[in-house]
Amino acid sequence: MADTQRKDTSEQGKFREYCREWLANNHPGEPGVRLPQSPLEIMTNEQMNYLQQWQKSAYDAGLVGCDYPEQVGGSGRKDCQRIANDEMLRAKTPYFPNVIGLGMAAPTVFYHGQDALKQRLLPKLFSGEDIWCQGFSEPGAGSDLASVQTFAKKSGGKWIVNGHKVWTSLAHFAEWMIILLRTDKSHKYDGLSYFVVPIKSALGNGVTVKPLIKITGETGFNEVIFENLEIDDSYRLDELGRGWQVAMTTLLHERGAGDLHTPRAGGLKSKSAHTSNAISLISLAKEVTRNGKRVADDPIIRDRIMNCIIREQGLSENQRRGRVPELLDHPMRIPLQNKLLSSEIAQEIASLAMDIEGAASSLYVGDENAPAGGQWPLAYLNSYGMTIAAGTSEVQRNILGERVLGLAKSK
Amino acid sequence: MSNNTYGFDQDAALLKDSARKFFSEKLPVDKLHELVANDPTLGRAPRSNWSEELWQEMIDLGWSMVAVPESAGGLGMPAVAVAGLMEECGRAAIPSPMLSTLATTYVLAAAEAIEPLADICSGEAATLAISGSRDAWDLASTEVTYNNGKLSGTSYYVQDVDKVQKILVSAHSDSEILLFWVDKKSNGVNIDLDTIVDLTRDQGRVSFEAVEAKPISFKGLSALVEAMPKIWMLVSADIAGAAEWQLQTTVEYVNARKQFDKALGFFQAIKHPLVDVMIKVDETRSLLYSMANSISASPEKATQLAHMLKASASDLAGFASGRSVQSHGGIGFTWECYVHIYFKRQKHSQMLFGDASWHRARLADILIGPVAA
Repeated sequence: MADTQRKDTSEQGKFREYCREWLANNHPGEPGVRLPQSPLEIMTNEQMNYLQQWQKSAYDAGLVGCDYPEQVGGSGRKDCQRIANDEMLRAKTPYFPNVIGLGMAAPTVFYHGQDALKQRLLPKLFSGEDIWCQGFSEPGAGSDLASVQTFAKKSGGKWIVNGHKVWTSLAHFAEWMIILLRTDKSHKYDGLSYFVVPIKSALGNGVTVKPLIKITGETGFNEVIFENLEIDDSYRLDELGRGWQVAMTTLLHERGAGDLHTPRAGGLKSKSAHTSNAISLISLAKEVTRNGKRVADDPIIRDRIMNCIIREQGLSENQRRGRVPELLDHPMRIPLQNKLLSSEIAQEIASLAMDIEGAASSLYVGDENAPAGGQWPLAYLNSYGMTIAAGTSEVQRNILGERVLGLAKSK
Repeated sequence: MSNNTYGFDQDAALLKDSARKFFSEKLPVDKLHELVANDPTLGRAPRSNWSEELWQEMIDLGWSMVAVPESAGGLGMPAVAVAGLMEECGRAAIPSPMLSTLATTYVLAAAEAIEPLADICSGEAATLAISGSRDAWDLASTEVTYNNGKLSGTSYYVQDVDKVQKILVSAHSDSEILLFWVDKKSNGVNIDLDTIVDLTRDQGRVSFEAVEAKPISFKGLSALVEAMPKIWMLVSADIAGAAEWQLQTTVEYVNARKQFDKALGFFQAIKHPLVDVMIKVDETRSLLYSMANSISASPEKATQLAHMLKASASDLAGFASGRSVQSHGGIGFTWECYVHIYFKRQKHSQMLFGDASWHRARLADILIGPVAA
């Protein structure tokens, strides 16, 4: 940690001290409820209430949204969010529930919304009082996102929305949705516009949220159906027909490549929710035996664990080198790798953990004999959510190949 | 110096930048090909093709003494700056005793051997003779012995030996390993060059027949152990630079070459593996500067970061090389296409001072602990 501190500016250094002290006194403690591995699988009101209280207290203390200006509910600090994130991870806090809001909606509203809208929406987004969700994918529009068909028809000063969004995480708790809508059927890209939509207030009145069950058996994402929902034109972000450009802001931040650092907490270890980094494979491999020996003594397993540790270390060093312009060939080359690599490394780690567990990896959450409560098979199943969501790994490789390497476009 | 930037300061940036310009001007790849690939004959006699004049210019620029401590009369540049310079040497696939001389310098500095370091500062090139015929990556593998003031035996896999003036030899003396500074022209020193795949390097066996020598320091094996992470850094930097050349050259080719009415790069079977090469280059480069910075910022982490680095770099060397030739198709399989020069250099670097699985096994010994008996 001394290493981290030496890199701080004086503002960051003071803020780090402040965060550390605040967290020492205000960690919310072990939750009274079982928490899922990530906020994308929050299912009950008890889980949500506990997590919302935690986000609110961190926001009130200035640890959430601190790089945003004060007028929109931030603290106007310079490059301090990652300091708060560092310290929250170090303090092993719960995660924030409003992940879609913090990671995607906030930067999009901030860069493309009108002042009045920002001032109205962002404070409650940062505090977690308003949960947000994202309406991008549709049954017919996945990797080819620009083919969305959910249509907004102009009617006086209002828009009438009809259509069908899918894979909508947190929609069952959300007050607000960021949504990509078709406003013109004659142009694929220029026919898209971007809005924020209050959905909770319209439930049963133009909006229906239906839960979808994931391969893990958990819920957390939904389909959202719009039937003649009326929305005000003041909820539009940026110009009519600029939806695709606005969506790029959302996606850039979703993939960890945006210029605003997403507020992020986590690290809380309990029997129901644990982080899955590569180092944790070592203790697992020491516990399990194979052919009468510790799996930790199997040369192939050792090699594979080291490979995971090296990849994980490389990814974290990428973040650091990303801040040294002299050592970068292209400004987006490192940022655009973040989402792809973090999701694929997590998948490899979970897959290896199951190999280490061997026969016991067949035991799932709920089985009293399952090692680590069956969290590794759960993590492995869940890892596919991350390599598919926010642009599949295949789409990420297209983007890197085309935008960074300059290879011929596939569309 | 801010740690925020790996200590990669203006001097380091200037050195890297001027090295890149120097090599692209003095030895562009077509000239490199003329220099090193002038005889494709399989089974040809071993020889080293290089430009002594170019090496002399590099010496005159001070590059061969960048790693010599200031206290010993050198430039004493930090490891991040040296890494930047080595990346450019790799990008140019420059045939020179640069890597060997820098590697030797790090061992000499660890051994606090002032007089040999003065030889480096005077412009002499040097290399390490520390490997036996088996277990070449084991620092105790030397088959040379030291008895009654004389060295006897043979060293193997000695890099760039045809291009250097001095040899740093490790030898068993009673129960310890000691280091000796030997002039290549000394009586009893005999060199046989190996026939090697890599066209940009030379390598040989050095035999010592009762060569008179004195240990340069009371430190022997410990100096080698201390210097090895920096030596892995040098090779890894060379690999990273060469891999970026392979990547960019291949990207250029697949954008220009059309099949099925489309540029090859359009096809995801070509595009995605090249993205994976880029990702691997970045992993290696990020580990490279982190490891180089750790030498001064957090020395307790240097060895494990160096194992991570060389493991990553060795995998990169193999992977980038395979993709570069495969993506070039038929032309990539010919002697006239330049990619084979880098392919061969990378395959040599991949194994040099430990391949990926060897480094991962060492890392596992640190992080997991040794395999239980």
